[in-house]
Amino acid sequence: MDAMSTGSLDRDRPRRATRRSEDRVLGGVAAGLADHLGVEVGWVRAVFLLSTGLGGLGVAMYAGLWMILPSDARFAEAAPGLEAATRQGKRPGSTSRREDKGWFIALGAAALGIVVLVEMVLGAGLWFWPVLLGVGGLAVLWRQADEAQRERWVDTTGRIDPLRAVLGRGGPAAYARLAAGVGLLAGALVLFAVQTGQTGVAREVLVAGLLGVLGLALTVGPWLFRLAGDLSEERAARVRSQERADVAAHLHDSVLQTLALIQKHAEDGRAVTRLARAQERDLRSWLYDDPAPASSSTAGALRTAAAEVEDAHGVPVEVVTVGDVPLDETLGPVVLAAREAMVNAAKHSGAGKVDVYLETTHGRVEVFVRDRGCGFDPADVAEDRLGVRHSILDRLDRHGGQAEVRSAPGDGTEVRLTMPVAQHTTEEST
Amino acid sequence: MTEPTGPHRVVIVDDHAMFRSGVRSEIAGAVDVVGEAADVDEAVQVITATRPDVVLLDVHLPGGGGAEVMRRVGPRLPSTRFLALSVSDAAEDVIGTIRGGARGYVTKSITGPELVAAVGRVAGGDAVFSPRLAGFVLDAFAGSIEVAQVDEDLDRLTGREREVMRLIARGYAYKEVASELFISVKTVETHVSSVLRKLQLSSRHELTRWASERRLL
Repeated sequence: MDAMSTGSLDRDRPRRATRRSEDRVLGGVAAGLADHLGVEVGWVRAVFLLSTGLGGLGVAMYAGLWMILPSDARFAEAAPGLEAATRQGKRPGSTSRREDKGWFIALGAAALGIVVLVEMVLGAGLWFWPVLLGVGGLAVLWRQADEAQRERWVDTTGRIDPLRAVLGRGGPAAYARLAAGVGLLAGALVLFAVQTGQTGVAREVLVAGLLGVLGLALTVGPWLFRLAGDLSEERAARVRSQERADVAAHLHDSVLQTLALIQKHAEDGRAVTRLARAQERDLRSWLYDDPAPASSSTAGALRTAAAEVEDAHGVPVEVVTVGDVPLDETLGPVVLAAREAMVNAAKHSGAGKVDVYLETTHGRVEVFVRDRGCGFDPADVAEDRLGVRHSILDRLDRHGGQAEVRSAPGDGTEVRLTMPVAQHTTEEST
Repeated sequence: MTEPTGPHRVVIVDDHAMFRSGVRSEIAGAVDVVGEAADVDEAVQVITATRPDVVLLDVHLPGGGGAEVMRRVGPRLPSTRFLALSVSDAAEDVIGTIRGGARGYVTKSITGPELVAAVGRVAGGDAVFSPRLAGFVLDAFAGSIEVAQVDEDLDRLTGREREVMRLIARGYAYKEVASELFISVKTVETHVSSVLRKLQLSSRHELTRWASERRLL
């Protein structure tokens, strides 16, 4: 329940509620609200259900939110490399998840109970069953609209097809939902007509309504169709040009520059390795990493420091982080000290690789910098390294942290930095 | 680690021919490369025909990715083990592949000798955890250690497993983990395998939630 959880590091973006597109019962409204408010989804569902007893308030609220809230699928964005791999079918697609139907059954039973209760208390009003059927039909149709919308987003053909706008990619489920929705709505009308004994009037109203819809479709249809065509062409063109510009800019900025540099340093193996390594790191993070909050988080700062050391000294520095906290004035020195330790390892140890590990748990941040190089005896160190050690130890001391250097000749070196942090624990809190 | 009986038979699955031949030439001396494949269908065919000890499996593969290969041949060939090999360090790929049945995950920048060692480890039935994978595991199981009452065993790491994961994340080799914790390498391997099993089977709330936030499963 901590406001400082990993997910909220990008605080500058306003949090907005969305409907959850996965793990939902109806429209994902309750699940989305639960995510937004940070409560268990069951409670939200219960509130909707109970307030339905108040003259259908819950249903009205749910329907309203369903209309207003955007689906979260719209905001899901993976790194470019992952999205490309997904588009080309190189990654497993979204598989159907094992869903827990228990909730659904419990809710259904409760809903049925409320329906029966309302009917018993109020007596079966003429309106009751038709309205219930109608609401059910609308819900099914809206759900189909959601599915179609979601499929439209992942659709790469770029063309907006009116038929697909309704049916999505088709499939039995889409047709079934459509048929069920329309059937329920028609059923509601028929039921109402039969109950009020005005079958004839109802038929006439139905026919008139259908004729009206048909006329409207004939009038507005072509216009809508062309609009859809224009829209989809425009969208496709824009997406293409943007993508091309992005990729071109990135390739030019980084890869071309690096290739030019490599040609210049072709006879210097060390420099070539370093350049290739830096370019690999850069491309890899561009393609596959989540857009990381670079400077404002401790993990981001540590990665930046590691990249700098790697570039300056030509020794790969592997960074692994668990959890993250915003970088503040006590953690800045930790990153600086860690950088110092990385520089030492890269410069003096002779190791082929430096491992850096950051862990944030239970009110403290720990950083380990380890190499498998020559090591040294901490008891008799040369003056210059003593100085460096002091700059690490003292720096941490001054800010209330702890530093520890473990090393033995031939056994590598490990520097461990510990710093307590106030209440920024970053477990995967819910 | 079990003693290798003759060179391990290996199939390389990757859609880049250049990478396949690179890996092949790097490890050819130490293992027996019995086949190569470039996409899911070909991989299924080659693996079924050659029944290798270990499949080096690219995570991103035309036809549904490496996970699809494991889904289709895994149940039929229980003695074949999969070692995922990828340029992608994305959490969803790493965890998704492990949950798909791979016994380890290494990135393509791994050196030849390291790759041979990893193949041997996987062929012997053990798991290969890189520092990064250990980091992901700790992230996914974060905060689960002191709630010792309700959760099933599958859904949390024991204190020892957590210590092992932390040391691996810090860059320790299995042997170094063993001497650091005063236990045998065999015991370290047992812990790592047990973590792998939990990662594959756990239905732990936070794990699934963590995973679904990163859009996998």
